[in-house]
Amino acid sequence: MKVVVILRLNPVLTDELELTEDESDIDREWIGLEINQFDDQSLEQAILLKESSDAHVTAIAIKDEGVERLLKTALAKGVDQALQISLEEIEDRSSRALAPMYAAAIRELQPDVVIVGVLSTDDLFGELAPYIAADLGWSQASAISDFRIEADKIIVRQEYSGGRAALLEMATPAVVGLQTATQPPRYVAGSKLRDLLKVEIPNLSIDVAPNLEKVGSTELALPDLSEGATMFEGDTDAIAEQIHSLLQEKGFAS
Amino acid sequence: MKTLVYVDHVDGVIADATFELVALAQSVGSSSVEALVCAGNEEIVEKVAAQLPGIENVIAASSSEFENYLPNLHLQCLNETIELKNPDLVLLSYSTSGVDMGSGAAYASNLPLVCYVTEMTIEASEMVTASQVYGGKLVANVKTPLPAIAVVMPGAIKSDLAKKDTTPAIETITTPTDTTNIKVVESLQPESGGIDLTKAERIVCIGRALGGTEKLPIVEELANTLDAEVAGSRPVIDAGWLPKARQVGKSGTKVKPKLYLMAGVSGAAEHLEGMSDSELIIALNSDEQAPIFSKAHYGAVCDMFHVLPVLTERLQNNS
Repeated sequence: MKVVVILRLNPVLTDELELTEDESDIDREWIGLEINQFDDQSLEQAILLKESSDAHVTAIAIKDEGVERLLKTALAKGVDQALQISLEEIEDRSSRALAPMYAAAIRELQPDVVIVGVLSTDDLFGELAPYIAADLGWSQASAISDFRIEADKIIVRQEYSGGRAALLEMATPAVVGLQTATQPPRYVAGSKLRDLLKVEIPNLSIDVAPNLEKVGSTELALPDLSEGATMFEGDTDAIAEQIHSLLQEKGFAS
Repeated sequence: MKTLVYVDHVDGVIADATFELVALAQSVGSSSVEALVCAGNEEIVEKVAAQLPGIENVIAASSSEFENYLPNLHLQCLNETIELKNPDLVLLSYSTSGVDMGSGAAYASNLPLVCYVTEMTIEASEMVTASQVYGGKLVANVKTPLPAIAVVMPGAIKSDLAKKDTTPAIETITTPTDTTNIKVVESLQPESGGIDLTKAERIVCIGRALGGTEKLPIVEELANTLDAEVAGSRPVIDAGWLPKARQVGKSGTKVKPKLYLMAGVSGAAEHLEGMSDSELIIALNSDEQAPIFSKAHYGAVCDMFHVLPVLTERLQNNS
């Protein structure tokens, strides 16, 4: 079975986020980037499928700052092939805008299954898996944890609210929005990455344009924290003391 | 303005989030509210309709194929309903079905879509929304011309449901045939693992900042001292540091304890959905911008691995 896994970088959310002057996007100049945590789960799931069912795995990403390293990490972890899709300029990084690019790449690669993280933290206009599936006309299921291949079908576990779930059997080709891999993502040894330093990640050329149709307007803002928590200040002891007093006052401690 | 609400239900028991959508549809000034119900049989449709006295019309797709939720079949149904009814506003909840169907419906109907909505008004044929993005660290204020689709965060918008004496009319639509070959093999109930967090009066919840199981004893000792259960946010469960039964949030358990002490949890909307009704929320986080500080009652910017042991010691010395 041929598997394509899509990898994306997201801003590191423990870093401070700043806005561009027109407040329509975050300022990407100084932010740290890391693999979208759900794409990390997807990558792990794809490698597990390679190990358990001999799947052939191709990792793809849109060419951008940090993406070569991202794809080399995927190679170091065990994917068979890594490709970057190059765009002249990335004007809009939303899933809605980029879905046609990924869909075109998938048409080119003709996999049986596409695995992509269920969401990205900036999916304001919708998630990638259902957009790609709609573009390709394939079946799709999101919020998937656990995944196995049975002959030419896949069995996935779809999670619902309140801890309910169902095992779904999906005919291929299919797109899966993955939430959690069967096992936690593995680490990759630095030495393995160093071995790949000189490897060049090939480009996949496609002649489809992103969807840049703009409907309405968007402004980003920092949330109003003024009505939030009463903050305890001070050093470790001072904070512990204030929490302790609060717990005593509310009857949780003597 | 005509509004269409997609109903999330299990065997006719409507999700709280769907009632919130109906109330939202009413509060933004819809002239008519219709609800799409996909159900296994007509009895379930009637059961759903009976719970929705405030709306005009229940659009029912009832067929044995709808006994279980099937992403593509339900999407096909939603797409056909949008085409048939031409609503000005389509509302879905941010649940598994909302993720499965929001983008697909937007693609099929070529309507604009806004997700993670926590606030909404309609002003001069524009949908004005606020959404949580970047894990709640930023708010996106979006103005979208109608017709449009919105995926709304459960628990975010609470308005009163306007009830009328009449039950809605039921309009049956022809159900699409599933051409996409998704079948339910098995329905799975929540794994309890012997723990029922919904009954816990005190919870100590740990987030991604735990970093591994090495420091878990620090959290467990505090929980023991406080006579509390240990819980984790989704990344903690996904990493295998705590069992699934201890997960609080969207795909875990929804809890309402008297005390919810959380450390290293940033406060993504998916987590808030599971605990925001807790009576006393105390949050520790090393990031002063962590969105949890907008929801917690008390907070501290600190290194939890320093503060938690000192707190445990103080509690033990005083007991």
